[in-house]
Amino acid sequence: MPGPAELQLNRDGNLRHLLTTEGLSRELITSLLDTADGFRSAQGQPVKKVPLLRGKTVVNLFFENSTRTRTTFDIAAHRLSADVVTLDIRTSSASKGETLFDTLKNLEAMQADLFVVRHSAGGAPFFIADRVTPHIAVVNAGDGTHAHPTQALLDLMTIRQHKGDPNNLSVAIVGDLRHSRVARSLIHGLRAMQCPDIRAIAPGTLLPNDLADLGVRTFHRIEEGLSGVDVIVLLRLQKERMIAGLLPSEREFFKLYGMTEDRLRLAKSDAIVMHPGPINRGVEIANEVADGPQAVILNQVTNGIAVRMAVMAMTISTQQADALCRL
Amino acid sequence: MTILRTTAQITEILDQLARRIKGAYAEPPRLIGLHTGGAWIAHQLASRLNWAEPAYLDVSLYRDDFSTSGLKRSGDTQGMPPALDGDHVLLVDDVLFTGRTIRAAINVLFDYGRPGQIDLAVVFDRGGRELPISPTFVGEELGDLGAKRCKLTGPAPLTLVDPET
Repeated sequence: MPGPAELQLNRDGNLRHLLTTEGLSRELITSLLDTADGFRSAQGQPVKKVPLLRGKTVVNLFFENSTRTRTTFDIAAHRLSADVVTLDIRTSSASKGETLFDTLKNLEAMQADLFVVRHSAGGAPFFIADRVTPHIAVVNAGDGTHAHPTQALLDLMTIRQHKGDPNNLSVAIVGDLRHSRVARSLIHGLRAMQCPDIRAIAPGTLLPNDLADLGVRTFHRIEEGLSGVDVIVLLRLQKERMIAGLLPSEREFFKLYGMTEDRLRLAKSDAIVMHPGPINRGVEIANEVADGPQAVILNQVTNGIAVRMAVMAMTISTQQADALCRL
Repeated sequence: MTILRTTAQITEILDQLARRIKGAYAEPPRLIGLHTGGAWIAHQLASRLNWAEPAYLDVSLYRDDFSTSGLKRSGDTQGMPPALDGDHVLLVDDVLFTGRTIRAAINVLFDYGRPGQIDLAVVFDRGGRELPISPTFVGEELGDLGAKRCKLTGPAPLTLVDPET
């Protein structure tokens, strides 16, 4: 199977699928974020819908449950005037024994232009992008513990909006980095944007082994890790991790790693607090911080729509240009 | 790159255009410049007419050539009011050709409500219309020169060039 860079970029280096932030250039990410900024400003119009993707069909393929991400992809596609079909595969053909490949071929036959894919198995969107008919774009909406590139891009958009270019910022990621596709994608994105100081804060059981190779500094004590940072990214603690014996209890996690007002004071006075949602109050974040002036969590949600609009417009645009070249 | 109109010539055209626009309105209309060239011109006209800073509009999301040309953003929409219902609008662009950009702009305006009236001021008219669109104010009809690819460079100094020669 070709590597992610060959799969998601065309010969001219334009984005034809979005599968991972790994290997994306600073220029490409900047152009995506600039486009997203434009879409964000169009959201201020009384009619929020623009006719850009009129007549195109976006198919949401959710092999794994996710209300929030699916909703933002839905809204993004609707605001671009695309037709949207959402398939909850868990309840449809997969349970009748149809293979992923056959499901895919059936959907292609329905003349789709873009697949949004969410799957519990890492690599599933790559499998699909590698086998899909040319002219259909594939966007990864989260695959296993591997990648969640649109979340990383909306995080970068939010960071840029509040703190400027990441190339002179300190960013701390707190929580379960080991099982987090959000953290992995964000780290690749921050590296591409030349962020000089990326920190991971978590107990040893929740840190992946390859962070040093990615240029990430690890901290077990939150008080050390937060010192002087510009951006704090909290990750959602998944309850099944406790079952797996990696953590004693939610209360214990909050005591050691929860974002409280006292801990927030260790960061720069104008630091922002981000969270991919849904937040667990009293586990990763205290109420006062979640509702405080430094939290930009709801702004992330708004940016998520703009970023997904930009990704859909750019990938479909590249696919169309490539299709014209093939004629 | 051949210069088709110099900065001095454009200044004179803009002075005349501003005088004619001034004479046509008892009350200043809502001035809206189309990115990118039209935004520069709207800004210049507003300062000559002593009108408020214009709004700037990006129409790239409404263009009809997405399937052949892809997404080409030209700038950010700025200064648009929450609604345009009943407003008298003066759209400003630099070079008018097929009329497709103006069609896109009119569609954007209708997503802000129901404007009372929309006028159009352009500095140069190349002819070559593909849609029934006629400007209210024209700085200069380019005639045979309009067959060239005319492009305004700016924001300062403003020059009209043929980028292909």
